[in-house]
Amino acid sequence: MTRSRTPETPGAVPDGPRHSRETRTTEGRMFTVTGGDWDDLVSEVGGEPAGADGGFESDERIIVNMGPQHPSTHGVLRLILEIEGETVTQARSVIGYLHTGIEKSCEFRNWTQGVTFLTRADYLSPAFNEAVYCMAVEKLLGIEVPRRAQVIRVLLMELTRISSHLVALATGGMELGALTGMTAGFREREEALHLMEFLTGLRMNMAFIRPGGVAQELPEGYRERVQAFLEVMRSRLPEYDKLLTGQPIWQGRTEGIGVLPLEACMQLGVTGPVLRSAGLPWDLRKTMPYSGYEEYDFEVPTATEADCFARFRLRLAEIHESLRIMEQALAKLAEPGPVMVTDRKIGWPAQLSLGSDGMGNSLEYIRQIMGESMESLIHHFKLVTEGFAVPAGQVYTAVESPRGELGCQLVSDGGTRPFRVHLRDPSFVNLQSMPAMSEGGMIADVVAAVASIDPVMGGVDR
Amino acid sequence: MTGPQQPAGEPRPTPGPEQGSTTTPGAPGLSSSADRPASTQTGTNDGPGSAEHQGAGSAAPAAGQALATPTPSDGAGGPPDFVTGVERTGMFGVHGAGDTSGYGLLVREPSTPVPAERPYGGWFDEVADTLFAAMAERGVPAAAVERVTVAHSEITFYLAREHLSALLWIVRDDPGLRFELAASISGVDYGPGVPRRLHVVYELLSMTYRRRIRLEVAVDVDDPHVPSAVPTYPTADWQERETWDMFGVVFDGHPALTRILMPDDWEGHPQRKDYPLGGIPVEYKGAEIQAPDQRRSYS
Repeated sequence: MTRSRTPETPGAVPDGPRHSRETRTTEGRMFTVTGGDWDDLVSEVGGEPAGADGGFESDERIIVNMGPQHPSTHGVLRLILEIEGETVTQARSVIGYLHTGIEKSCEFRNWTQGVTFLTRADYLSPAFNEAVYCMAVEKLLGIEVPRRAQVIRVLLMELTRISSHLVALATGGMELGALTGMTAGFREREEALHLMEFLTGLRMNMAFIRPGGVAQELPEGYRERVQAFLEVMRSRLPEYDKLLTGQPIWQGRTEGIGVLPLEACMQLGVTGPVLRSAGLPWDLRKTMPYSGYEEYDFEVPTATEADCFARFRLRLAEIHESLRIMEQALAKLAEPGPVMVTDRKIGWPAQLSLGSDGMGNSLEYIRQIMGESMESLIHHFKLVTEGFAVPAGQVYTAVESPRGELGCQLVSDGGTRPFRVHLRDPSFVNLQSMPAMSEGGMIADVVAAVASIDPVMGGVDR
Repeated sequence: MTGPQQPAGEPRPTPGPEQGSTTTPGAPGLSSSADRPASTQTGTNDGPGSAEHQGAGSAAPAAGQALATPTPSDGAGGPPDFVTGVERTGMFGVHGAGDTSGYGLLVREPSTPVPAERPYGGWFDEVADTLFAAMAERGVPAAAVERVTVAHSEITFYLAREHLSALLWIVRDDPGLRFELAASISGVDYGPGVPRRLHVVYELLSMTYRRRIRLEVAVDVDDPHVPSAVPTYPTADWQERETWDMFGVVFDGHPALTRILMPDDWEGHPQRKDYPLGGIPVEYKGAEIQAPDQRRSYS
């Protein structure tokens, strides 16, 4: 826990066996604390005689600055907590440490390249960023994605939801001291990422979903691999119930903690598992279906406790539902079909294959564009160098990401590059509810509350 | 893209009309924005702030009339034009380079959102009727809605900023509207030279009716003030801070309008169009690739 970010001044290091380093500033005394026992610090600080430069007065404000580099703040999130004893009286969060200007960068690349940027925004749910952006581009273009591409998108999104929820459980467990939860969560997530790598070529940030469909057909043998993944997950998920759901310590750390009732969720614009833990079964897959979600049979788990434990249980239940959806998507994939719009002026040429020197355009494709069809070569050249133009206009699309409503606002001025890209990231909006969840509680409960929001700073800061 | 008749240039018709005609589910005979409440009320916009609203927008024909003044390009007598694009000339961003191809003479006009005509189609009419009825009930002039557009099966209400706060309360609380969630609040900068170039876009979601609408407010860059939505939608807090940070829109009444993504002492607003992307050229042996915003662009 860091109590100061100011550089140490010479001579500020106190003598004696102290855990803390003390600095005197115009703002008051500052301590930089890394590790150690909180009680030791308190007794050390409070043990000094009060006075002009002595210990704390009993009514002195203590402001704890936690992060941005801290193992329990769920990323480069900085929390500023005003405490009284161990009770948090005010909490604020500071973000922006991971701001990379993705939205602005997109304006200088063509429409297809935008996927490559946005997939890195919320790096734990790349398929959702890609899908929502591509849906927006397709809405502007007024094109319909082939059915098989939609099914593949659903498959990838649900796989991503599983891996994202597993990270939420794992990091949440780690932050609350349940280290076995962390190792178990990351073990299962590895299974999900292996499958993702097999299906798309990359574990994360795969940019597999493109405007007009998906990059290419799924590789041979995908059916067996997905099936195997489903079986592995179904055999291992009960372990989480044994490990966490029924565990008294876990319950004690999360039950009744970080409560955010429905009214507060609505006011603060909170969506996703946090909203559903307050009792509203709002899931865009059900309420405003997209990508053919209306054809799938699945439940939207809800709870009414509105606390961290309910959110944890919902994420676990959603993993089960995602497995069901993946199974149904697999059945739908039995039907062959194109995975990209047939318009050669939009469909990115990605007929890739693995050659002796790595992944590249397949030999048949090169033969076609270089030897057989002048038109194909022109299309390839125009698409790769210039890209396609999108009619002027403005659209907003939204999908249900693991963290809530992920929206994409796109503006085109008719050119081959986006004029404005905005991601309405659920982490960003939901993180606003941190003070409402944690003020009045203990410091340790702030960690639980933040973990239950599951903000991903890549998405918060973009 | 590479049609034989339009190689590389693809000078399409101005996107405006096609945008309106493809998506407006309208009966052809029913027309004229005369029956639109918004446009019939030209001149009733009596807010004291309306005169200064357009600020130094160079395209404003009569600064005194501001909001309610019909602009030459808007023959229907509606409010001032919303330009949502930049006029582009030539190709590849190259000028004065001895062009022999003729592409340098290409001019693409900036796009403007086309006013939709009744019926808007679907539930759009119901929402619009309910909105205008509620406005009349609460004494908000109909001219507060400067324009209604329907495109890509989305409805957009362009609002006058003086009435934004009142309208937000209406769309949130009216039993026939109930847009409970401000899904996204963000900005768009249409670039230097565009009148009222800064737009604030409110994407609202009604969970009761499962509908989405968009509200849009355009302000001039010299007077970038918009009333804050925080009293109505507390979720606007961070989103407005981001819009301030990135676009420099001042949300009057915001509890703590500070930078949120950039450092506190940052100068400028990075997502404005006249703010450079930055970056350095990449050097190769004997060649150099410019920074992304310095490279030639195709449109």
